Amino acid sequence: MDGVHDIGGRQGFGHVRYARDARAFHTDWEVRANSLYAFAVRRGIFNMDEYRHAIERMEPRHYLAASYYERSLTALATLCVEKGVVTREELEQRAHGAFPLALPSARGRTNASDRERFKPGDRVRVKTDYVPGHVRMPGYIRGKTGVVVSESPVYPFPDAHAHAVEAEEEPTYDVRFRSEDLWPNSADAALVHVAVFQSYLERGG
Amino acid sequence: MADRSSIVRRTASVEERVDAIQAALDQRGMEATGAVDELSHLAQEQWIPQNGARVVAKAWLDPAFRARLLADGRAAVAELGLVLPKHHRHLVVLENTQTVQNVICCTLCSCTAFTIIGLPPDWYKDLEYRSRVVRESRTVLKEMGLDLAPEVEVRVWDTTADTRYMVLPEQPAETIGWSEDRLAEIVTRDAMIGVARL
Repeated sequence: MDGVHDIGGRQGFGHVRYARDARAFHTDWEVRANSLYAFAVRRGIFNMDEYRHAIERMEPRHYLAASYYERSLTALATLCVEKGVVTREELEQRAHGAFPLALPSARGRTNASDRERFKPGDRVRVKTDYVPGHVRMPGYIRGKTGVVVSESPVYPFPDAHAHAVEAEEEPTYDVRFRSEDLWPNSADAALVHVAVFQSYLERGG
Repeated sequence: MADRSSIVRRTASVEERVDAIQAALDQRGMEATGAVDELSHLAQEQWIPQNGARVVAKAWLDPAFRARLLADGRAAVAELGLVLPKHHRHLVVLENTQTVQNVICCTLCSCTAFTIIGLPPDWYKDLEYRSRVVRESRTVLKEMGLDLAPEVEVRVWDTTADTRYMVLPEQPAETIGWSEDRLAEIVTRDAMIGVARL
């Protein structure tokens, strides 16, 4: 999904609001929001890909304005409602007000049928796929060519796992891109490494 | 029932919303509150940067451990009793040198090896860092106080799968000969993210 969450390389943002060795939490509700979503994952109410996708499905203005832990909370509540654990009405009654949830999900997809095994040094190209559901390919690498550095253990395929679609587990490839290839004449010189699922890749020229 | 979009209501505060979902889960016999207490303790007391600091200090002192750490991070940190969640199947340790600076990020969300380097701070999860560090790495690092020499190569690692990363900083020359415990005290989360040098 080409959502508002996919912001790698987007321009117009200001300075990082950096404080050395900043705290992870500031208030009690942040700690509890973090623990509640972890609890729901541990209990099997939803998996991490469903969780990440529920964050991505937040209404864009809500997503951009929300703190990280408000996004966690929203994904948790959305998935609990979608899976029939609670109802939105009950949550809103208990909260004494509106409880904004994420927007509905589009369809998922299974692994690509033409998956290839790559080895370090291979040149690979990221397919120009446009995926309505969950996908872990950041938009800034779509159609770009890089070099395989290594192969990971296999993981659930996120595009399927976030949507209860059957799929095989598959490895990711650590693919090294040159920032110059990603944003010609418009990036600081760097090597950008991305963990790219096998289904997203084809052999590059 | 009236069309809900036509009813103007206040939005519940985040605290009220957290209370609501926690109470709703408790009411279904899921004992969320007990689990929250346990997980909150882990998040605040166990998943802390001091874990990664111990790993780094040992790697500085023990070349065989360093080699194992670079070859298989997950197995090597387990030697120190440190674990990653089951779904983090791979921990890749990135070695900084005089001419290489590794820096980690997550442009799509905010993933980290949180059980090892600690839960990430706000700036790591904010829109500015996520959007800019992949494209303007050297500029962003400089703004954050890390002014790299021109000959240093920057390598940015975007955490787009459940493989996790941590940076192995260079040992400062003035700490040669220090004990492992003393070395661990100087290693910071920000250095293991790669936005600071020690």
